[in-house]
Amino acid sequence: MSDVVLSLANAGRTYPGTPPVESLRGVDLTVRAGELVAVVGPSGSGKTTLLNLAAGLDRPTTGSVRLAGQAVENLSDRRLSGLRAYALGVVFQQFFLMDHLSSVDNVANGLLYRGVPADERRRAAAAALDRVGLAHRAGHPAGKLSGGERQRVAIARALVGWPALILADEPTGNLDSVSGAQILALLRDLHSDGVTLLVITHDATVAEACPRRVDLRDGRIVADTGWTE
Amino acid sequence: MISRVRAADLLSLATIGMRSRPLRAALSILGIAIGIAAIVGVLGITRSSQADLLARIDRLGTNLLTVANGQRVGGDAARLPEHAATGVARTDGVQRVTATADLAQVQVFRTDRVPAYRTGGIEVRATDPSLLGTLDGQLATGVFLNEATTRYPVVVLGHDAASQLGIDRVDAGTRVWLGGHWFTVAGVLRPLELAPEVDRAALIGLPVAAEHFGFDGHPTRLYVRADTDRTALVATMLARAANPAEPNTVDVSRPSDALASRLLVADSITSLLLGLGAIALLVGGVGIANVMVISVLERRTEIGLRRALGAARRHIAAQFLSESLLLSALGGVAGAVLGIAVTYAVATSRGWQTLVPVTGVWGGLAATLVIGAVAGLYPAGRAARLNPTDALRTS
Ligand SMILES: Nc1ncnc2c1ncn2[C@@H]1O[C@H](COP(=O)(O)OP(=O)(O)OP(=O)(O)O)[C@@H](O)[C@H]1O
Ligand SMILES: [Mg+2]
Repeated sequence: MSDVVLSLANAGRTYPGTPPVESLRGVDLTVRAGELVAVVGPSGSGKTTLLNLAAGLDRPTTGSVRLAGQAVENLSDRRLSGLRAYALGVVFQQFFLMDHLSSVDNVANGLLYRGVPADERRRAAAAALDRVGLAHRAGHPAGKLSGGERQRVAIARALVGWPALILADEPTGNLDSVSGAQILALLRDLHSDGVTLLVITHDATVAEACPRRVDLRDGRIVADTGWTE
Repeated sequence: MISRVRAADLLSLATIGMRSRPLRAALSILGIAIGIAAIVGVLGITRSSQADLLARIDRLGTNLLTVANGQRVGGDAARLPEHAATGVARTDGVQRVTATADLAQVQVFRTDRVPAYRTGGIEVRATDPSLLGTLDGQLATGVFLNEATTRYPVVVLGHDAASQLGIDRVDAGTRVWLGGHWFTVAGVLRPLELAPEVDRAALIGLPVAAEHFGFDGHPTRLYVRADTDRTALVATMLARAANPAEPNTVDVSRPSDALASRLLVADSITSLLLGLGAIALLVGGVGIANVMVISVLERRTEIGLRRALGAARRHIAAQFLSESLLLSALGGVAGAVLGIAVTYAVATSRGWQTLVPVTGVWGGLAATLVIGAVAGLYPAGRAARLNPTDALRTS
């Protein structure tokens, strides 16, 4: 049996307000090393909330979240940040690249908060860009790339430190269908290399291409095809 | 597993803001630059001028004293006794003494045709040939009075008196109309910084003054050179030595003190300008804080992304604090360079040696670091407290 990379036990997240918003409630989810999991659900069902908890960007208000074997609730800001730097990579719908930096420098930023020396970061970044098929765009300013290329740079940035888990929030949401298909192919390719991925998506093609599918509705998991070897 | 940032990376993180918005960065450091430039410039200029003044005082000598007739308690003018100079000469520590007498009613003109109202404030003074040595004076042209010429209608002009009379060189025929007699001009003195009243004077011999103008022998001012290290002590004894009968009516002064007092005047103006510089610094600090707060608001997404990449709160705070420090330090360096340049320009134009106020420069730079830290504290704290999930939610 593979290692558990992420596990949520009865995890909930309530945003204060009148009335308070329970965007996630009683979620149990376990992701093992090597899995490719799609999380689907209608808008407002709590997908991004789930990703924020899984990415160590937010803490559950109830229940517990374990990342790479550590309970998020008990970690200091610096240790939780350390988990994000070492164990996790995140890919966003809006890419969040620094437009004035070159592709390779954007990717190298994935190692910035591990305290890796600059030349080592660039070497690893060049390798990661190569892995996503963008070696020829290494010196290009990120702002001058196409949408599909930008998302591949963002995936390379998440990949550069070979984290235990890569999380992607609607990675194809801002792309046309051709670029979207290429990104999906890249994610499947990484999965076959053993990279663990959790992908949030609206896109039925993306969901169908994933071996495991988790359905969220109103903050609860309503269906989970489960772990399949 | 804790996240960390290398110091070299922190430095380049600190430059992101100014690289993406160089004009805003330049404007934001203007206040600090002006404040530091003002402080360094003011200190530099006063130091340079004071050093020049001290060197001048040194060159002129601090051992010249003057003894003048003052006033009695009632207010009427006192007179120095006829033999005041003899008494002064006998005093311990006195090297040289020369008596002069102001001949108040005698006037001097370029020709006998100039109307009397165009006299121009030239004083006629009777003295003896030793005055030149006592004052350490030099002639711009011609010769000074000697034993022989003090008996004849011969005059030596002070620097200002000569220029007022329009005399810039002397030859055998140069004459002035002095107290109703033609006096031959023997020479013109160079300026005497410690005796400006001599600059304005036409000097004639004591004997000729007695002969033509009824001079009664009472001097009005004695010039005294004392042993340099005993000057202050000698000064206290001169009143009694000059006029044992009425020592209280004698004014003794040290002309170099007047120059030295300019140092103190400079000091009070300096503190005023330094205060203004400090205010500019303060305003500059507020300016940097302002720009940093705006920058934090604009860079929310960047902050959120950095948190997602593994930055801890402290790393975000350190990034913005470093940026504030760097901005402030750049302002400080620019200001120091400007201040030194201004000092150099002013000193060179006045003929002073440029003195860079080293402690002022270091103190100013230290102050900019403190200001940068204080200015960066609030924006850095705001950036660090920003919730990463909120920061990443784009509108
Ligand atoms: N910071 C917040 N404060 C208050 N309510 C929030 C906050 N973030 C999310 N919510 C609420 O929580 C619920 C779930 O939000 P979430 O962003 O997780 O949905 P989602 O499934 O990602 O939707 P979408 O597909 O539109 O991205 C929504 O009702 C949302 O309004
Ligand atoms: Mg969402």
